[in-house]
This record gives sequence, structure tokens and C-alpha cells, in this order.
Amino acid sequence: MIPLSSYLILAAVLFAISIAGIFINRKNIIVLLMCVELMLLAVNINFVAFSHFLGDISGQIFVFFILTVAAAEAAIGLAILVVLFRTRSTINVNDLNSLKG
Amino acid sequence: MSFQEVIFYLFSLALLLSASAVVVSRNTIHSALFLILTFFTTSAIWLLLEAEFLAITLILVYVGAVMVLFLFVIMMLDVNLARLKEGFIQYLPVGILVAVVMAAEMIMVVGSAKFGIQSYPLPVPKAADYSNTKELGSVLYTEYVLQFEIAAVILLVAIIAAIALTMRRRPNTKYQSPAKQVMVKKEDRLRVVKMDSE
Repeated sequence: MIPLSSYLILAAVLFAISIAGIFINRKNIIVLLMCVELMLLAVNINFVAFSHFLGDISGQIFVFFILTVAAAEAAIGLAILVVLFRTRSTINVNDLNSLKG
Repeated sequence: MSFQEVIFYLFSLALLLSASAVVVSRNTIHSALFLILTFFTTSAIWLLLEAEFLAITLILVYVGAVMVLFLFVIMMLDVNLARLKEGFIQYLPVGILVAVVMAAEMIMVVGSAKFGIQSYPLPVPKAADYSNTKELGSVLYTEYVLQFEIAAVILLVAIIAAIALTMRRRPNTKYQSPAKQVMVKKEDRLRVVKMDSE
């Protein structure tokens, strides 16, 4: 007897937590990437919940593709992070101002 | 309270607590480990929603691959943690304020008035021999086959991009060139010197 709204509220709160994480940890790129993963997870919970309650499998297909794109994004983001650390030996957002005019 | 409700509220609580721990944790490694716990509890909630294939995929792909990648990168980089936490207290009130306002707004929209049990009745539970994977596959490889192939191409692009970004050629290192080694002739290496015997 768990209504759809419970799942949606759970996803909304999870999304809000990750938004707060982006505000709080704005110096640490790794935690920022993790917060983006959390946001995608919240969206995926919505998709799966609607797929279950509407009896439509397409929602789960969409989650499948979101997982794929999120994995690619994490891989490229971390690769950029490694290159960044090699050239600047820091990942602090405040030190990444060489493009500032 | 039914058994399913107990499970749902237990795992929801664990999910939200571990997500908060990801956000406020001082150590980046702890954040990553709490993120793994978040993925596990989410997959339990997806099992409640009868999305078995995706629940297992979430554990295999996220915990098995993406989070291992995160942990590798965190441990490879020698990060000064104290500097990264500067401004933590400074931005905490703003972050919490934005999060609370956003959560309140979203809960007002998706609350039980519009998405309650009256508007969306509980679906009939699937039979015991129902295969989520089979149904997913039968749609994925027919209706969504083009998108499936695009997803494969995206993964290929990610592989190539990640390797191309992180591969570096050190100028001082000496490399063998097998092509040159194979193509070498006798004349390139051997010099016959004519000289008088002494």
C-alpha cells in the first residue's frame, strides 16, 4: 500500500539533498560529480516509479539509457579531473582561474 | 503497517541518511563509500517497484564500475582535504535554505493530492514467473533498437575520450619501433672495412 506520491517525495527529497551538496561542496570537484550522480539517481527513481504505476516498460528503458550516459559522463569527467591534476597539481575550484579574462 | 511499507520506510530512511552523509562528509573517501550505500538502498527500492533488472544493473554498473573508478581517482590524486573544505560553514545555510525550499515546492507538486492512491491506483502484482528482464529485452531490441545502438556508440566515445585524455607520451622515454626493426637491411647495420693486415 505504498502510493506513487511516496516514491515521488522520496526522489524529490533526494534531489534537494544533492542540490544542497552542490552548494556546500563547491570547492571539491569530486564531490560535485558525486552530487550529479545522486541527482540522476533521484530522476531514475521517478522514472521507475511511474513505469511501475502506469504499467509501461518504457520508463525502465529510459532509466537504462540514463545509466549508460551517466556512466560515460562519470568516466570522462574523472579523466578530465586526472589531466587537470597532472597539469595544475590541484583540483580546487578556486585555483582553476587561468581562463579568467 | 504491511511488510512492504516497513521495507519501504526503512530503506527510504537509509537512502536519505546516506545521501546526506555523502554531502556533509569531511573526507572524500567517506563520501564515495556512502554513495555506494545510497546505490544499494536505491536498488532495494527498485526491487519493491518490480524493476529487478535495473536494480541489479545499478549494483553491477554503479557499485562495480563507476564507484570503483571514483575511488581509484580519489586515491590516485594527492588532494589537500583541508583546503577543499574551506567555505563549508559559509555556504551551509544557503545550501540548506535552497534545498528546503526546493523540496517543499516539489513535495507540494508531487504530494498525495495529485499522485495519491486515488489518482494512481496500485498496479496488480506481477505473477511469480514474470520475467522483468525478458520484457525489457523484448522492447529494447525491437522498439528501441536504434537508441540502444546510439547508447553503445556513446560508450565507445567515452572509452576513446577517456583514453585519449589521460594517455601521455613522455618525451624522454625511449620506445622501440617494431616496424623499423623489421625493415632493417644488412647494409644499414654492417660495414665491411678493408684494411691491410699488420
